[in-house]
Amino acid sequence: MTQLPTSTQKKLGLVIDLDTCVGCHACVISCKGWNTENYGAPLSDQDPYGANPSGTFLNRVHSYEVTPLATSAKPHPTAQTIHFPKSCLHCEDAPCVTVCPTGASYKRVEDGIVLVNEADCIGCGLCAWACPYGARELDQDEGVMKKCTLCVDRIYNENLPEEDREPACVRTCPAGARHFGDFADPDSNVSRLTAERGGIDLMPEQGTKPVNQYLPPRPKDDLPEFDVLAPYLEPVAENPGGFIGWLDKALDKLPSKGAN
Amino acid sequence: MAQPTLELSPQVSDEIRKTTCYMCACRCGINVHMKDGKAAYIEGNRDHPVNQGVLCAKGSAGIMQVNAPSRLRAPLKRVGPRGSGEFEEISWEEAYGIAEGWLRPIREEDPSKLAFFTGRDQSQSFTSFWAQNFGTPNYAAHGGFCSVNMAAAGIYTMGGAFWEFGQPDWDHTKLFLLFGVAEDHDSNPIKMGLGKIKARGAKVIGVNPIRSGYNAVADEWVGITPGTDGLFILALVHCLMKAGKIDLDYLARWTNAPVLVDKDTGLLLRDKDGKELVIDRATGKPTAFDTQGVQPDLSATHKDGHKPVLHLMAERYMSEDYAPEAVAERCGIPAPRIRAIAAELARVAFEESFELPITWTDFRGETHTSMTARPVSMHSMRGISAHANGFQTCRALHVLQILLGTVEAPGGFRFKPPYPKPATAHPKPHVKVTANSPLNGPHLGFVHGPEDLALKEDGTPVRIDKAYTWENPMSAHGLMHMVISNAHAGDPYKIDTLFMYMANMSWNSSMNTTGTMKMLTDKDENGDYVIPHIIYSDAYSSEMVAYADLILPDTTYLERHDCISLLDRPICEADAAADAIRWPVIEPDRDVKGFQSALCDLGARLGLPGFTNEDGSQKYADYGDYITNHLRRPGIGPLAGWRGENGDQTGRGDPNPDQLQRYIDNGGFFVSHIPDGAQYMKPWNSAYQDWAVSMGLYDAPQPYLFSLYVEPMQKFRRAAEGHGDIQPPDHLRARVRENMDPLPFWSDPAPANMVDEYPITALTQRPMAMYHSWGTQNAWLRQLHGHNPLYMPTKLMRENGLSDGDWAKVTSPHGSITVPVMEMAALNENTVWTWNAIGKRKGAWALDNDAPEATRGFLLNHLIHELLPPRGDGMRWTNSDPITGQAAWFDLKVRIEKATAPTESQPAFPPIKSPVGKGPKDLAWKVGR
Repeated sequence: MTQLPTSTQKKLGLVIDLDTCVGCHACVISCKGWNTENYGAPLSDQDPYGANPSGTFLNRVHSYEVTPLATSAKPHPTAQTIHFPKSCLHCEDAPCVTVCPTGASYKRVEDGIVLVNEADCIGCGLCAWACPYGARELDQDEGVMKKCTLCVDRIYNENLPEEDREPACVRTCPAGARHFGDFADPDSNVSRLTAERGGIDLMPEQGTKPVNQYLPPRPKDDLPEFDVLAPYLEPVAENPGGFIGWLDKALDKLPSKGAN
Repeated sequence: MAQPTLELSPQVSDEIRKTTCYMCACRCGINVHMKDGKAAYIEGNRDHPVNQGVLCAKGSAGIMQVNAPSRLRAPLKRVGPRGSGEFEEISWEEAYGIAEGWLRPIREEDPSKLAFFTGRDQSQSFTSFWAQNFGTPNYAAHGGFCSVNMAAAGIYTMGGAFWEFGQPDWDHTKLFLLFGVAEDHDSNPIKMGLGKIKARGAKVIGVNPIRSGYNAVADEWVGITPGTDGLFILALVHCLMKAGKIDLDYLARWTNAPVLVDKDTGLLLRDKDGKELVIDRATGKPTAFDTQGVQPDLSATHKDGHKPVLHLMAERYMSEDYAPEAVAERCGIPAPRIRAIAAELARVAFEESFELPITWTDFRGETHTSMTARPVSMHSMRGISAHANGFQTCRALHVLQILLGTVEAPGGFRFKPPYPKPATAHPKPHVKVTANSPLNGPHLGFVHGPEDLALKEDGTPVRIDKAYTWENPMSAHGLMHMVISNAHAGDPYKIDTLFMYMANMSWNSSMNTTGTMKMLTDKDENGDYVIPHIIYSDAYSSEMVAYADLILPDTTYLERHDCISLLDRPICEADAAADAIRWPVIEPDRDVKGFQSALCDLGARLGLPGFTNEDGSQKYADYGDYITNHLRRPGIGPLAGWRGENGDQTGRGDPNPDQLQRYIDNGGFFVSHIPDGAQYMKPWNSAYQDWAVSMGLYDAPQPYLFSLYVEPMQKFRRAAEGHGDIQPPDHLRARVRENMDPLPFWSDPAPANMVDEYPITALTQRPMAMYHSWGTQNAWLRQLHGHNPLYMPTKLMRENGLSDGDWAKVTSPHGSITVPVMEMAALNENTVWTWNAIGKRKGAWALDNDAPEATRGFLLNHLIHELLPPRGDGMRWTNSDPITGQAAWFDLKVRIEKATAPTESQPAFPPIKSPVGKGPKDLAWKVGR
């Protein structure tokens, strides 16, 4: 079995904003493109034009419907749609690492990224079984385990402009729902967002201490009842005649910043 | 155990080539990373004005278009019956010879026997120029079946609409209302804008029967009954007018609210110079609206009883017919919620207003020291426009924005150059046909009265699609969806050759798909095809390929030149004019040619004046040559950047032989920023108007008033009432009179679609990962959306005893389909929907015959007819908007019953023979191994 480092210097990871994610899959395909061309074996596709197309993806978006619990204030709450992108959460207590029989799975001491050393991977699949999030996929073509690398070959890459040294999924996200940074630094963008927006661990009961954080959707469908807003619609007239009379007075009151 | 040593700085690529995406219609900038001369990886271009570095799923999946097995390989000549898919590959020389053999006699005899329609075309200023030179009046692109209602209603009302015409002021808006936009139109910019709004915690209200995509992240979801948006919007207008929560200063200065309406004719009062008259509050006298120092009075009535437009609006919209309580049930929205939304609009527009310290001078010569924000913005597309009441509904939405004073105000909606541009600054339609000669002007334009209609002397339509006739007078984008059925019926006349580009008419781009396939293959009594010749151009083996006689194979988007031109549908932003190119970042490995380059060749062979030199030789070697050297007007060409011999001129200038290279060097695009002080209030802002003239967007300043009241509509209405020389036929009088109302109204499209027997509305939308995409066969994208269930609301699932995975028979007045269902709770309770164009015909797109797209996927198109059900009046009315002719896709009404699971979705069609074979069984695509 493989050991985790007792601590890491940085805790690199993602903040994923579920209030903003529109479920467009941009991150999914950008990830597929970068990681097919880069780290390790390409992400292969089986039967790509046939009946059961099935490929390796390191990041997928799932969509869920949620109906909030009824309350006395809202006896018939409206159903909501939540888009939920999911990739490796680079857990501090990563069970996928400790279960690995060859040491192929490991957590980097310098930044906490969980990686698979494909040269040592025997494709036994134990890590995928151990991961409670389903975040690892065995590539059928290469027979090795694939997972999110947090684009380790981008984030330090001196051949990329500095602004591009972030994971492909973060760079491409059109809605800006994905953020990358160091959770070990309390002043980092990801630490601040997590604090401000009440970021949460995914399935904390699993005890994996995930690094990635999810920002929950803001409360929805809570426009105040009309009686609170009624002053903004106080009638000035009940009929067209009254309206024209009101117009005359209202025009007199307009600031004469205009006509000269 | 020691950690392995990683290569943390691998070489990313050998070279980056920057071009424009074409995986949908957004035209984002892309960086194509090249390895060993091949395209390896695609990312967004950070410098590009449209996407600023981000890229959607389609854009990144472009890498799988380059290797798509469905790519056509060479020109094809049909050798089996139409629809069989049996072709033989031929040379370009033979292909051109066949095309010339059909087209030359047509042009010499009657050019209107060619119908040339281009679908997802991004080169309309070029393809229309070709059609104009050929001389046929029968040209349009796909706007007629997409969103012409939104575009035309916007242009007639305020000189522009949404998407390419303008955008919310994302940086200042505090409340964003999204009507009828699911996941599309436009793609990345809306997501980026939503992200900006969300980051500030500003509010988003989504009005849509379906809570997916953008509506999923909306703070408030209004699950409206389809087709009732106009009624809901006019109820908001009712509440706002009654509360006086309208921007009087804005209305008085910048709109025709104070313009006097002749009480007898309903036309606007004008002075001897044709200028609209208002009553000047200072003098009490009728005065031209643009007189320096005039204070247009919204309140006073002319001594002869002529009232300002705003009075007519008060009379209509303050009626209790538009009270929330009166509309709530039909809209499916409780009255208190309608009032709460109206109140929130009023609160944000007026209580959260602020001033931007921008000094500017208006067209009356008055200088202002600030601009007043109305931080409410709106956006909408097909959801409200693809109904038979769509034009008036879109008008209502634009009127709502104007009443709040948000259009071109900070925080509101902002035009993108070349808009604002009033309807009067656009061409009128041109339809004068002369054998062997070009048409007398551009095909498409804006009509301003009956005299502008495209009618022959005997009153019959000039155009095959019957655009600009009394059936749909303001059909500004043509009616592509009617071309095949009209040509098949020989109504208004027979044609010889149907020539189409990127338009999947035998599948997802037609109503009545089964009927369309029959029309395309029908033979007359002599055994000849009723539509004698069909030429089609596509890059891929789409369903339409099988139904053509001659195929001109197009390139993929990485293998071609294109221009995203200010003459066409450019990539401008609210702060800048911009245009862009595509260029061949890779060379085709097949015997294919960019369609536009093929038209340059074909145009020269036919001797079209715009495509030949005086000595008869070919004028443009290819599309790149045309882009560089074509002049539309003196100094104005397809691209605005780096003009003039030395490339030092912007907007206007002579052709620059190095222009394309300058674009390539700049990342594939050109941007010219609107000067400070000219960025808002553009229709009336002298600084903007002067800049637009300098850029060549107009030839003279074009300030104008927004048309709350659209006078040209009243002209058509008066004709229907018996005035003037050109009047509608009697059977259309009542319809024209009712619909050409110069103020927005709501009509119910449901009864004509037999809502009593078919009480459920059936809708489609495209998923974000496939919106506007010509690449749904893409190996990566089809793993996201490989089949499409019919999503049904909980109530209808229960009523019909259905569970996820069951099958249902869906029946409309026109036909039935049997399809798999899935429950969705966040859905209007009388609406069902599915993803459009996932379903594929067996044999198309190089997919296996047992691909889920072909076995479980399906189209709703089979349920939709291009004509409405018979009404017993002896007429078959078209299933389209009576003003513009826009296809009313979303008026579809159905009923649903549980069905025994068939082996595959019904109707099923036999496979077509693939002209390109099938794809590989495995993919492990790594260019830079």
